[in-house]
Amino acid sequence: MPEIGLKDVENTAKLAKLEFTGAEKEKFAGQFSKIVKFVEKISELNTDDIPPTTHAVEKRNVIREDSVGESMPIDVFEKTAPKALDRSIVVPRVIEH
Amino acid sequence: MEYEAVIGLEVHVQLNTATKIFCSCSTEFGAAPNSHVCEICMGQPGVLPVLNREALDKAVKAGLSLNCGISDYSKFDRKNYFYPDLPKGYQISQFDYPICGKGYLDIDLSDGSTKRVGITRAHLEEDAGKLVHTEGAGYSLVDLNRAGVPLLEIVSEPDMRSSEEAFHYLKSLRNIMKYIGVSDVNLEEGSLRCDANISIRPKGDDKLGTKVEVKNMNSFNGVRKAIDHEIERQIFAAENGERIVQETRLYDAAANKTHPMRSKEEANDYRYFPEPDLPPVCVTPEEIDNIRKTLPELPREKMRRFEKDYNITRQDAITLTDDFDLAAYFEECLKGYKGEPKKAANWIQAEVMAVLNELSMGITEYAAKMMPATQIAELLNFVEDGTITGKMAKDVYAAMVDTKKTAKQVIDEKGLKQVSDSGELEKVVDKVINDNPGEVEKYRSGKKNVIGFFVGQIMKETRGQANPKMVNDILTKKLDQA
Repeated sequence: MPEIGLKDVENTAKLAKLEFTGAEKEKFAGQFSKIVKFVEKISELNTDDIPPTTHAVEKRNVIREDSVGESMPIDVFEKTAPKALDRSIVVPRVIEH
Repeated sequence: MEYEAVIGLEVHVQLNTATKIFCSCSTEFGAAPNSHVCEICMGQPGVLPVLNREALDKAVKAGLSLNCGISDYSKFDRKNYFYPDLPKGYQISQFDYPICGKGYLDIDLSDGSTKRVGITRAHLEEDAGKLVHTEGAGYSLVDLNRAGVPLLEIVSEPDMRSSEEAFHYLKSLRNIMKYIGVSDVNLEEGSLRCDANISIRPKGDDKLGTKVEVKNMNSFNGVRKAIDHEIERQIFAAENGERIVQETRLYDAAANKTHPMRSKEEANDYRYFPEPDLPPVCVTPEEIDNIRKTLPELPREKMRRFEKDYNITRQDAITLTDDFDLAAYFEECLKGYKGEPKKAANWIQAEVMAVLNELSMGITEYAAKMMPATQIAELLNFVEDGTITGKMAKDVYAAMVDTKKTAKQVIDEKGLKQVSDSGELEKVVDKVINDNPGEVEKYRSGKKNVIGFFVGQIMKETRGQANPKMVNDILTKKLDQA
């Protein structure tokens, strides 16, 4: 794994819609590189027969029945949004085409 | 240069569960904005999504109907992107362990040939909300009723080579989903959505060309036209030395064109990672078997059985099995009908379908409110036993549709009976022969086709009630005499 550079940090920040100063980016690049190196340590071991761990809990098949429950009252819903209109959340105009 | 198109389809099927995939909000269509939302489908912090059993079972059922392997270990992942209709900033989907693995679908093409289209995978995911744009307004409105409705995304292999094949694949997929009852599969309402990956390559090449994804095809004809248009566009570009870029294009049905979609951020960098709130799902072989037992006869099996058992044409069998309820109506009719199934098939396809079109009614409603299949059987039996002619049956049927009376009632009331009394028929035949000496002369001088004229006259005299076969026999006998 190569070093994590400024470009990687910038790209990740852009995808996450975050903005950082140059100094912060430098700091994160260093920290990211350390994290990746730390995780890379695992490649020192032979993990051919070990399935990847995707969940910290052992639980399987947590499933519910398909019966309708109560939804949120509209006045409560409208309070959750910075701006509501006509039972809907108002967002800046989205041009799809 | 001759080109070949390579097409793969990604089809989203909305599963018809009562509640959303990870919360107990209703999935009802057409409700007032945001009446079916809660903390979970709105993506509030600290909530816990829990998988809906019905969505899982229906996904397995759909997978089995498409000959897919069902995964004994499946998990959910977060697909990250920002869009105002996606409240959490990620969509819960399945990345590397989808519920359904490889499968295939055999489709019948118009020329009578069969083609096998591979299924790459099918995975469960949640739908996004809906954005409403008001003309001229500087804002958009978000309705989250649809956010969290379960979807099964069925991905095909790039096995199709023409819009015709893609059309038949989609149609056949829709019919199967409808037959097995996992979705309403309505393209216009959005419970079935289709995106196409299209590329071209010189015919004979193995290497795949640059693919373009086409979205926004909202009807079966739209799918066909959009694909044709995109293939043409790519061939034109290639022949003029232009480079085809990998992109997503939207189909504009009104203009029959595709145009590039403004890219959503850094396209395809979705940074999938396992959804920590949803533990993996392990479906056991017993559970799979139990679901397999609930699978009905699939459209293609039914089509083949109809063709073979009822001795009807392939095209008739396809038309009748295209709709599960229409096929059921036909078979219900056959239970009471004593004649050849072919005749009932013709009647339903011509007369019944014409009425359905005229009234814009589905077969289920028609059977329930207008005419049960048993009544068609009764009507056709009257033709079969010679009570009425086929021509009279059409009038009787029209009266049945208008008055909701049974065939027997209409026949009795109108005094409609086929005249099969040979004495009576002979009288009419004699009269017509005597009234038309000129035509008799023509016949006897070898113009045998004037027989049609005589039949017409006799039918007129009997108001269409004469038994046509007997008329023919008596007439030929009399004309050939002397």
